[in-house]
Amino acid sequence: MKILTVEEHILSSNEEQAKKNNDRLNEHGILAINMMSSPGAGKTSLILRTISGLKTKFRIAVIEGDIASTLDADKVNQHGIPVIQINTASSCHLDAHIVGKALDNLPLNDLDLLIVENVGNLVCPAEFSLGEHKKVILLSTPEGHDKPYKYPLMFTKADAVLINKVDLLPHIDFDMSAFLQGVSALNSDADLIQISCKTGDGLDKWFSWLEAKIAK
Amino acid sequence: MHEGFITKLILAKALEKAAEADGKRITKISIVFGDMYGVVDHFVEYYFKALSKGTIAEGASLSFRRTPIELRCRNCGHVYTPEHLDWTCPNCRARKFEMLSGRECHIANMEVE
Repeated sequence: MKILTVEEHILSSNEEQAKKNNDRLNEHGILAINMMSSPGAGKTSLILRTISGLKTKFRIAVIEGDIASTLDADKVNQHGIPVIQINTASSCHLDAHIVGKALDNLPLNDLDLLIVENVGNLVCPAEFSLGEHKKVILLSTPEGHDKPYKYPLMFTKADAVLINKVDLLPHIDFDMSAFLQGVSALNSDADLIQISCKTGDGLDKWFSWLEAKIAK
Repeated sequence: MHEGFITKLILAKALEKAAEADGKRITKISIVFGDMYGVVDHFVEYYFKALSKGTIAEGASLSFRRTPIELRCRNCGHVYTPEHLDWTCPNCRARKFEMLSGRECHIANMEVE
């Protein structure tokens, strides 16, 4: 019997592929955003708003990750921009290899911004780098202000946290200060932006955030 | 929630390392997960049993070690484990920290024959 010392991260193959994806995106000067949230927080609505708001300034593409269906990709497709739908079947997150394959099918020479909509889930996507430059978390007010306390890993990794559906605040018991405190306790570097994809409130701040990152 | 995927990677890594060492059979794999890592041990065992069938890792036992979340305050340098969902530094009340441990996810060692 032999004892082998391994001490290698189990996700090392994912990390290696994520680095390759990142290098590839950098070669083409593309900013990639990994957008994560629970199901129904408004990722697709935000992406559609972002396309409408920025498509005259930037060349945008979208990778849609869902367990099943092409519903989201169909919506994005109506805007006439490149979109790849990934159906993960049983998997609850995207990984770097699957995103790498999607990159093969995008016109990388003609893009400034790639938005990857991860599978709706506040747990698993946080563990898997895709090669993105920024992680953006979207939380909608009906989900409750306790989410940073319950799903800490996701919030520790965010570059920006967007709070969506703020138009519902008068009707629900969402404690904004408790939420903001929860996020800043975990990750004081994350930018916090309050938005409503329904009314358009706060989207100008989100667009400015993205524009500043694309410019870098 | 993603134990199936993680277990596939554990098995692949174990088979790769065993092949490098000319091992004919894997009898034990010791795995380390940080407390921050959302993995449930018995789900990993469940998936491992199914995925390892017909490989040299079939029948291997798995052992798990958990590492606690440990933070170092970026303000005063105090090292602490957060309690009761409160990540604030108990020494200076700052909320800026670096994570020293709690995110581990690796095979520490394995036994092969």
